[in-house]
Amino acid sequence: MTPRRHGITWSAARHLLLLAGAAFILLPFIWMVSTASKPQTEIFTTDIHFIPQNLALWENFATAFGKASLWRFLLNGVVVTVSIFALQVLIALPAAYALAKLRFAGREVLFALVLFCILIPPQATAIPVFLLFHQIGILDSYAALVVPFTISAFGIFLMRQFFKTVPDDLIEAARMDGITEFGIVWRVMLPTAIPALTAFGIFSVVAHWNDYFWPLIVLNSEHLRTPPLGVASFRNEEAGTNYGPLMAAAIVIIAPLVIAFLLAQRRFIEGITLTGIK
Amino acid sequence: MAKIELQAIRKTFDSTEILKGIDLAIEDGEFVALIGPSGCGKSTLLRIIAGLEPQSSGEVRIDGAQVDGIRPSARNLAMVFQSYALYPHLSVFDNIAVPLRMRRHSTLARMPLVGRLHPARAATERGIREEVERVAAQLELSGFLKRKPGQLSGGQRQRVAVGRAIVRQPVGFLFDEPLSNLDAKLRVHMRAELAQLHRQLRATFVYVTHDQAEAMTMSSRIAVMIEGHIVQVGTPAEVYDNPQDIRVAEFVGSPKINALPGVIREDGGVEVLGWPLGLSTPAAAGRCSVCVRPERMELSSGPSAISGTVLHLENLGAEAFVHIKVERIEMPLLARISPDRQLPAIGSAIQFGFSTTAVRIFDAAGKRIEVTAAARSERIREKAVG
Repeated sequence: MTPRRHGITWSAARHLLLLAGAAFILLPFIWMVSTASKPQTEIFTTDIHFIPQNLALWENFATAFGKASLWRFLLNGVVVTVSIFALQVLIALPAAYALAKLRFAGREVLFALVLFCILIPPQATAIPVFLLFHQIGILDSYAALVVPFTISAFGIFLMRQFFKTVPDDLIEAARMDGITEFGIVWRVMLPTAIPALTAFGIFSVVAHWNDYFWPLIVLNSEHLRTPPLGVASFRNEEAGTNYGPLMAAAIVIIAPLVIAFLLAQRRFIEGITLTGIK
Repeated sequence: MAKIELQAIRKTFDSTEILKGIDLAIEDGEFVALIGPSGCGKSTLLRIIAGLEPQSSGEVRIDGAQVDGIRPSARNLAMVFQSYALYPHLSVFDNIAVPLRMRRHSTLARMPLVGRLHPARAATERGIREEVERVAAQLELSGFLKRKPGQLSGGQRQRVAVGRAIVRQPVGFLFDEPLSNLDAKLRVHMRAELAQLHRQLRATFVYVTHDQAEAMTMSSRIAVMIEGHIVQVGTPAEVYDNPQDIRVAEFVGSPKINALPGVIREDGGVEVLGWPLGLSTPAAAGRCSVCVRPERMELSSGPSAISGTVLHLENLGAEAFVHIKVERIEMPLLARISPDRQLPAIGSAIQFGFSTTAVRIFDAAGKRIEVTAAARSERIREKAVG
């Protein structure tokens, strides 16, 4: 066997393996799109077919938008993820600046505590936070969805690592120019930290857009539901699960993230590499 | 314009003493270079003057007023950093305008978006524009005002950093190794530009560098710092010709000064490698170092005071260096000669001597010893011949 032929065989085998992997991962998505395109009668047939005989995609979308306030869920998702991210930045940037660039007693201890916080799973604190919110009476509100995530230990850690790489000279030049310490955070550090901030933004938005656990615990009212909760509401209808509209709604709620990912694909991968190195 | 006075400045970082009592008075309009090997504390001292670093004890006075505890920006000094420290996201214009904007706009007017509605903003901004453009023209940056620092060459970035410093008309300028990131050719050019800028502005310049060529060519006085002390302050010529400490003699001058082991005899005469130098000193008898600059070494083909072998030759075109290995001296000695004469062959034996006026003598502790020519103040070469 010549090396060239060997190369082609290996290359083919490799691609076959990757294709199989990709198909396996894509299967649920394809099934989702397929189910969303089928009328109710076709969904419950025993044979497996991906292409529906009668296209019912529009009907299912119409039912989805008509039955539940999908627009409202999407809006809730935007309000919650954007508020969380904005508040996280507001808190993480000054904290990260102080941990990276200011000299004060106990800095290393504080940073160790921040690292320790990353280890605590959100589920562990869910019940105490729930009880606390019950006491102060903010359960079942936007605040209940946003407040627990405003301080992101991971965000502080990520930004601190990035700020460490910003030369001290730049900060001292800013001090000589008369910029205050908070001014340095917003006018000097923030613009230089855009790549790291984008990476953090992607993690934060994806995590909280898709979060099912916490909204499920703190929400009662239908009008506050975030997208994943909203989709789940299709399941609990008394008339039994209506899979066509359910899948159509699922397409709608993952669409923003998929579109955003396709648009910012390069940034996203950069962001992951960035966090990988540092 | 200002006089900067330092009094008994000490600085300790985690139990390591970096500055061990610095006293220095920098006159109004003077160009003082702080030089010393890396780690000697010169940058720390500059940052203490700037207010970026608090001193552990001692006092900084600017124009007679104590400035300890006053914020860096309020000291009205400008600083140029080694890495230029330009704001990477701002254009050249905005970089130069930052100190003026921070000073002249109120906090409200500096706010993003809302600031634009502030009534006094437009007028102030016009004034700032004029001044930034004037400074840019002075530094030949007019064509680059819209560019970002990343699109500029090293020399241009350097000039933007200088522009940002001069635009606010500070009382003094602090330079922290501003040329060390430039290539050799540009460095020579910027050296001349900075010296000219100093003549033009007549402001007080404090210039930190480890490159003694910069210090020698630009400054009116040099302060040599070694291990946290200012060992000597003087004009470049004084520091070069009359070093008061062997560390100064060794640091200033490139290539390094030659140090030969010497002995002070009981009668005050000085000998090197057993040859009397024809110099006498009132200092106590004992070992000493006899130092001679490479350009004062005199090679001779005939018999002379000291003999050695040629170890290595470096011909730079305008000058040539002869490395000479002498027995009982560990480091090879260096002679700087003109290459238009016949260069000795590598490995050949060679004789050399030096005039008594070329000799600087330091005691065992490194302090300079004054010497007077003995009754017969001839060259030791002739002595040897005789």
